Amino acid sequence: MQTSWLPFIPESASTVSGKVDALYFYLSGVTLFFSLLIGGVITFFVIKYRRRLPNEIPRPIAGSHKLEILWSVIPFIIAMSMFAWGAQIYFQNSRPPKNANEVYVVGKQWMWKIQHSTGQREINELHVPIGRKIKLIMTSEDTIHDFFIPAFRIKADVLPGKYTMQWFEATKPGTYHLFCAEYCGMNHSGMIGSIIVMQPTEFDSWLSGNVNQQSPAVAGQQLFQSLGCVSCHGANGEGGRGPTLAGLFGGKVFLNNNQTLTADESYIRESIENPAAKVVNGFNPIMPTFQGQVTPEQLIQIISYIKSLQISNPQSTTPAAPAAKAAPASQTGATPAPNKQ
Amino acid sequence: MKAFETFETPSAARVNYINAEYGLKSWLLTRDHKRIALLYLGSISFFFFIGGLYAMFIRLELLTPQGDLLASTTYNKVFTQHGIIMIFFFLIPSIPATLGNFLVPLMIGAKDLAFPRINLLSWYIYLLGGIITIYALLAGGVDTGWTFYAPYSTTFSNSYVIAAGLGIFVSGFSSILTGLNFIVTIHTMRAPGMTWFRLPLFIWAHYATSLVMILGTPVVAITILLLAFERVAHVGIFDPAAGGDPVLFQHLFWFYSHPAVYIMVLPSMGVVSELIANFSRKNIFGYKFVAFSSLAIAVFGFLVWGHHLFVASQSVYAGMIFSFLSFAVAIPSAIKVFNWTATLYKGSISYDTPMLYALGFIGLFTVGGMTGLFLAALAVDVHVSDTYFIVAHFHYIMVGGALFGYLGGLHYWWPKISGRMYPEGWGRFSALVIFVGFNLTFLPQFVAGYLGMPRRYHAYPPEFQVFNVLSSAGASILGVGFLIPMIYLVWSMRYGKLAEANPWHLPGLEWRTASPPPTENFLATPVVTWEAYEFAPVEEMRVIGKFRDEEV
Repeated sequence: MQTSWLPFIPESASTVSGKVDALYFYLSGVTLFFSLLIGGVITFFVIKYRRRLPNEIPRPIAGSHKLEILWSVIPFIIAMSMFAWGAQIYFQNSRPPKNANEVYVVGKQWMWKIQHSTGQREINELHVPIGRKIKLIMTSEDTIHDFFIPAFRIKADVLPGKYTMQWFEATKPGTYHLFCAEYCGMNHSGMIGSIIVMQPTEFDSWLSGNVNQQSPAVAGQQLFQSLGCVSCHGANGEGGRGPTLAGLFGGKVFLNNNQTLTADESYIRESIENPAAKVVNGFNPIMPTFQGQVTPEQLIQIISYIKSLQISNPQSTTPAAPAAKAAPASQTGATPAPNKQ
Repeated sequence: MKAFETFETPSAARVNYINAEYGLKSWLLTRDHKRIALLYLGSISFFFFIGGLYAMFIRLELLTPQGDLLASTTYNKVFTQHGIIMIFFFLIPSIPATLGNFLVPLMIGAKDLAFPRINLLSWYIYLLGGIITIYALLAGGVDTGWTFYAPYSTTFSNSYVIAAGLGIFVSGFSSILTGLNFIVTIHTMRAPGMTWFRLPLFIWAHYATSLVMILGTPVVAITILLLAFERVAHVGIFDPAAGGDPVLFQHLFWFYSHPAVYIMVLPSMGVVSELIANFSRKNIFGYKFVAFSSLAIAVFGFLVWGHHLFVASQSVYAGMIFSFLSFAVAIPSAIKVFNWTATLYKGSISYDTPMLYALGFIGLFTVGGMTGLFLAALAVDVHVSDTYFIVAHFHYIMVGGALFGYLGGLHYWWPKISGRMYPEGWGRFSALVIFVGFNLTFLPQFVAGYLGMPRRYHAYPPEFQVFNVLSSAGASILGVGFLIPMIYLVWSMRYGKLAEANPWHLPGLEWRTASPPPTENFLATPVVTWEAYEFAPVEEMRVIGKFRDEEV
């Protein structure tokens, strides 16, 4: 890893890294100030008030409420400034932008399997262009891993049975470390890779050099057929005995227990693996479980296909179908999702 | 300034708790809190030595970027076992079970703890937990990390997870019993005149620690039990493949294990309050603030566990609340540091070994505490979580904090415990060696961590080597620093200068009885008529009761 022009600071290569470093400098400054202050005062006292006679007894000093309040309130105010600053950056980063390119990440002992929404697959490498927002949708096939890119100052656990997200926008071409940062067994320290940040033009030519790969949505459509989903959800997700899937993603779903939720990756995954957990209002819990029949990667492909299904199907009449505005499946800036309708 | 007269009370020939009875049985069946403290001292020193050996292998392996000394499975076991041994079998019992056991009754003017048999039982339980853990290590070891995260621990690890967990489960009961004993003793057995606000701050710190032990330890016991149950019966509690939730494990685990940090550091703060006040002959500045800050830390310490889960898919809003509370818990610690510093003002400060450890503690704890703020700050934690920054931070708290307090306290009370003085020159020298070695070991790890080096890595990219070489060099100095006191303390038990009853000329009750104390601690019930840390000419700080051989 190249280090930046500042000593002891890693390369700063994303839109977030500078913000994190700024807070880090503030924290370091305050730490240095108080450590030197306390160290200095103690050294001064220890020398000035050293024991001069073996039998001396200094005059006792009662405490001071004013001082106690002073040195409780000032640290509290400083601590709150740190809290607010840290929380603000964290909160901003917690919401992926709507127009981000999606990349799917599957962690397993001890490798990273990565697939772009355009179909390109990579192992332990991730190619990304500068200046475009990239959203990682991550899950694990076995134990907990963690996708950590020090140069971007981002990290998030990758869990089995669940999707986690993080996003970034790279700002500087180069090759950066990718580390697994959650201990995952024998070869944990070998679960590393590279993030290769390229100029957009280079990235596009890299993409076009890897065209003969199926996009996850297309693969998902084939699974949709072969697993028999079509018999209830319709050939194009238009619904039938099962709820409509076209336009489902990102919209509101009304359940038969009168609860409402937003259809996201985790909800769709749960509905495939444990269909009885959340049943859409107006439907019977007749769907069988697909737990164990589809791999985490295949799940991502099916979800990717469902995301790509648009609302343009006129037959949708079930309560699950949200209003016309819900079609965020086209959250795809530069890479239009395949839409097979 | 009033003059302070020395007084000499040679105490070698007297009957005391050490020479009152002879034979192995008199030790193994003792109900004397002082003897039980020595049993603990021996056993935790053994575990400290084992944990230190594991640390040595970690630092040797990390000298080079390639994982070339140990196999990766071995390395994973080594760092796991270093953590388990040091945390559960050294740091958690260290001050409470040795110094606390020895001193809580002495400092409040009691003859023993409230439940002497339960006290002995707690040592046997600790020993049983230790033996089970040693079995787990010898049978093949455990490789989950001391945190036992699921589903790795429930489903994927091929090591002795259940045996290691059982060792921790069992030893937890020893902490619960010790905590219970301290609370009852402090409530019911204080000598006449020993009011709550005349208690030494060491006692306040142990009271707060005992609360955490009683309330927190059952939760980790339950968690380990669930984990073992899942590993054996494959019920879906934590493993998502069986319908469980691995993040639930993290919540349960840290609900105990974050307060456990306060089990380690609060007693140490109690020791440091004693050392700072006594070695500057000043009453502690802001006594009530220091006393109540211990309780505040104990209470708030239970509300911050979620700061271990900022990148573990916890809700963003939960993260923000836990971040806020984590900053809030820093304030009582800051109050302590400021009060200790103010206590030195216009004092009469000596440079004896225990004071050097206390001053070292304040410096290192300040760095450890302040770097804790980096981890409470959400956006920075995302970057440094699970890197060497964390490793450096918690070693500053656990070694720079807890261990420095323990060593300072051990030297300070050594004349009372053993009846002999340790060699002062060697003491100061080793304190300095430990301070230098410690900083050289762990300061570079902050840098390596911010640069992105993940923890628990057997091999690492070569650009991190320079920091690891510094760290390993520091660790070898630190290791030598720990060996020196081990040698001279044992040496001093036989060859050290005989200690007076009150070698430091201090007002505390433990110094108003002989060194070593008789089995019943005080030959007459003490009546306390002075405030905590009320220094007076030595003739006014009389020994309570006569020595037994004077009576005869």
